[in-house]
Amino acid sequence: MRYNYILEKEDQRKVDAVCVNESKLTHKWFHNFKYLLAGMLIGIVFVKAEMISWFRIQEMFRFQSFHMYGIIGSAVAVGVISVLLIKKFDIKTIYGESIVISPKKFNKGQIFGGLIFGFGWAITGACPGPLYALVGSGATVIILSVVSAIAGTWVYGYFRDRLPH
Amino acid sequence: MLEFINEPWPWYIAGPLIGLVIPILLIAGNKSFGISSSLRHACAACAPSKIPFFNYNWKKEIWNLVFVLGILFGAFMATTYMTNTEPMQIHPELITELKGYGITDFNALVPVEIFSWETIFSLKGFLMIIVGGFLVGFGARYAGGCTSGHAIMGMSNLQWPSLIATISFMIAGFIMANFILPLILSL
Repeated sequence: MRYNYILEKEDQRKVDAVCVNESKLTHKWFHNFKYLLAGMLIGIVFVKAEMISWFRIQEMFRFQSFHMYGIIGSAVAVGVISVLLIKKFDIKTIYGESIVISPKKFNKGQIFGGLIFGFGWAITGACPGPLYALVGSGATVIILSVVSAIAGTWVYGYFRDRLPH
Repeated sequence: MLEFINEPWPWYIAGPLIGLVIPILLIAGNKSFGISSSLRHACAACAPSKIPFFNYNWKKEIWNLVFVLGILFGAFMATTYMTNTEPMQIHPELITELKGYGITDFNALVPVEIFSWETIFSLKGFLMIIVGGFLVGFGARYAGGCTSGHAIMGMSNLQWPSLIATISFMIAGFIMANFILPLILSL
């Protein structure tokens, strides 16, 4: 009984998660440094390719520029090939664990939530990653958008059971 | 090399570099590329408030918070030390359209006439900075992911629900940018 309770509680993290990253291994805190570097690579690319520009996003939604479509398309192409290679050759993590990618289950949230997200994306000209990057690039007022996005996430969590999924 | 550092990067450099983050995170520690989940972990860490959706051990996902901190720091580094020397090229039609709404400064990453600490108390500023951010956070979690988790990671793993989410993002973005945003910008 108690075990079930723990399992249920633990499972909450996996509900609707983009990723479930269960590892049997525990690491010292500094192992997280590699994720800081991966994030920095993303942040540098965001700025250097002007992807966090509000104007680039407006061009994208008006079909005035190929830039953003080229970036997303080529990123997905590299991603597809990488995932295929990882699966085909059963490539392990640097700690020797098998790589697992959790599948995504369809629910209506992907449509309703997707539309709501799209509205916000076109207004702010930024999705969550670029919001963080904009703050880092010196547009400090965007901190308020980040806080508001956290509030939006919280409100979703609060009403989650009452929303169609 | 110096030119590469100070020039804007084309899509065929930027896209593959972002795509490479997918195998990097997977091989580094079985992590799936996803940014909006950090917003959920922030809720779980700061205000779980007995909401089941936020009651989990967020410390297991601390890598994700470190990752987004890296994005912020990387953007700071690039802005400070790898400045693009040329002004950004913006489509002339967009410039003409935006000038009609009183936007004349095209030098920053965001139109400073709207996104600034001074405009936050105006209706336009409030709608775009606060309400826009709220929709991004609410919608991303409702959809189960954002551009990174669905459009890039999900599609890289050939997940059709991610394709549906991505199409929804694009349809709503198209409607907002072309039909609703002009009304907001006219305020």
